Amino acid sequence: MIKFEHVSKIYLASDGRNVGLEDATIQIDEGEFVFLVGPSGAGKSTFIKLITKEIDPDEGDIYVDGEKVTRLSHRRIPQLRRKIGIVFQNFQLLQNMTVFENVAFAMEVVHLTGRTIKRQVPTVLQMMGIEEKADRFPKQLSAGEQQRVAIARAIVNHPKMIIADEPTGNLDPDTAWEIMQLLDMINQKGTTVVVVTHDDKIVNRMGKRVVAISNGRIVKDSQEGVYGYDD
Amino acid sequence: MIRTVLFCFKQSVIQMWRHKGRAFTTVFSITCTLLILALFFFLTVNITFATEALKAQFNTIEVFLLETTTEEDAQVMIKSLEHMDEVDKIEFITKDQAMEEFKDSWGSKGYLLDGLAANPLPNSLRVTLTDISQGDFVAQICSTFSGVEEVRYYATEVNKILRISDALQKICVVIIIFLIVISIFGVYNTVKLNVMSRQDEIMIMRFVGATNWFIRAPMLMEGVLLGAIAAGISLVLTSEVYGRCIELFNEQVKVLFSTGLVPRDFMMQNLTWIFLALGISIGSIGSIFAVRRFLRA
Repeated sequence: MIKFEHVSKIYLASDGRNVGLEDATIQIDEGEFVFLVGPSGAGKSTFIKLITKEIDPDEGDIYVDGEKVTRLSHRRIPQLRRKIGIVFQNFQLLQNMTVFENVAFAMEVVHLTGRTIKRQVPTVLQMMGIEEKADRFPKQLSAGEQQRVAIARAIVNHPKMIIADEPTGNLDPDTAWEIMQLLDMINQKGTTVVVVTHDDKIVNRMGKRVVAISNGRIVKDSQEGVYGYDD
Repeated sequence: MIRTVLFCFKQSVIQMWRHKGRAFTTVFSITCTLLILALFFFLTVNITFATEALKAQFNTIEVFLLETTTEEDAQVMIKSLEHMDEVDKIEFITKDQAMEEFKDSWGSKGYLLDGLAANPLPNSLRVTLTDISQGDFVAQICSTFSGVEEVRYYATEVNKILRISDALQKICVVIIIFLIVISIFGVYNTVKLNVMSRQDEIMIMRFVGATNWFIRAPMLMEGVLLGAIAAGISLVLTSEVYGRCIELFNEQVKVLFSTGLVPRDFMMQNLTWIFLALGISIGSIGSIFAVRRFLRA
């Protein structure tokens, strides 16, 4: 599903320190659930940006769903991103739209018809357990509920994979655990899930594959792993 | 396809409605540009028409002959002028013909001239020129003939008017271009602010796989709509105002320039296309610049 072959991307940060990824090789198969862990600035966000082709690597090749992302033309980027559902730490919901509209927006944007939208959105909201909040605005929801909306939006177009960037960073432990359960459920249905986090309790409790990044290098990759990386 | 267009249209209308003040300011500024443009347009078109009429009127040289000059003498003059390239045609006007024309020009009051005991007007030659710029040369030759009392030619006056109208037209073009640039900048700013205020939305659109074109279209549409609305408003206003101007000033203008103002229908037919084309171009150019600058892929 995702394959990195000797990928390097070096930035010169404003403080003169080099960040990014260095010679990263990794493979994530279809249907896997993977935690990507590491301290901030280790290269986790670079990893996500490379997958969605927000940035291009300096060296190496990246494949997503069998397609060579590094050679993808700009015009094909939207097609790539439709295969990937993204969930952000700060939810990124549109404040002037209701829950329903926020989810429907993702479908309108990819030219789906009104009928499909009306059928699909309630199903997804129900899956996320927030169907009765459809007419609320994001401000009227709790943080956990907002993240559920964001996940609903990410999965509504049936992407092949979900990438969650610190999805529990703004949530209390109980809510965080609930969100993890939802992501696990999505994974059970066959969607590949990549969760970027530094929440060690959750990682240890889930017992999934863990890939640790430190200083731009992949330092650990273990099945049923626990949180940990060498500094 | 239709759904996409409708979506873009809806989005841009929503955007304009949400930021009514901003949309209003932009429409106002484009409208002002178009109105001032219309003013200059009316001026230049009318000046051009008036000068064309002037040119047609003053492409003749009147050569007044002495009482002693016979028609045979006149025929000799005609022969020697006829072969010149600068001369289109020559008419011999007898004093009686001249009197008739004079009476006609007095219109309904022509009968007043019936009281004259003798016809005071001389015989004359009317030389029509092929090219008004050669008038001075021909007039000079005419004045060398013996038996000529006076050569009357208004070249200098006409040329002065032509020069003024020419300069006016050039100034108008410069001012209009300046105004167009200002309005393009106005639209640019509106769309820029729009893009800025929608960064979140645009980011999400990108992440769920909206095509660039899909993100840009509503912004472009907004610029085009703003331009079109301004064009519409300007058209209604100018049509009304120009109509009123014709009502008020046409008679005076006729007296001054011997031709009336250019009719409203003719003006508005041309102006409709000019306004729509300009309004929409201003709108789209402004928004294209803004989108290109602030909506990088």
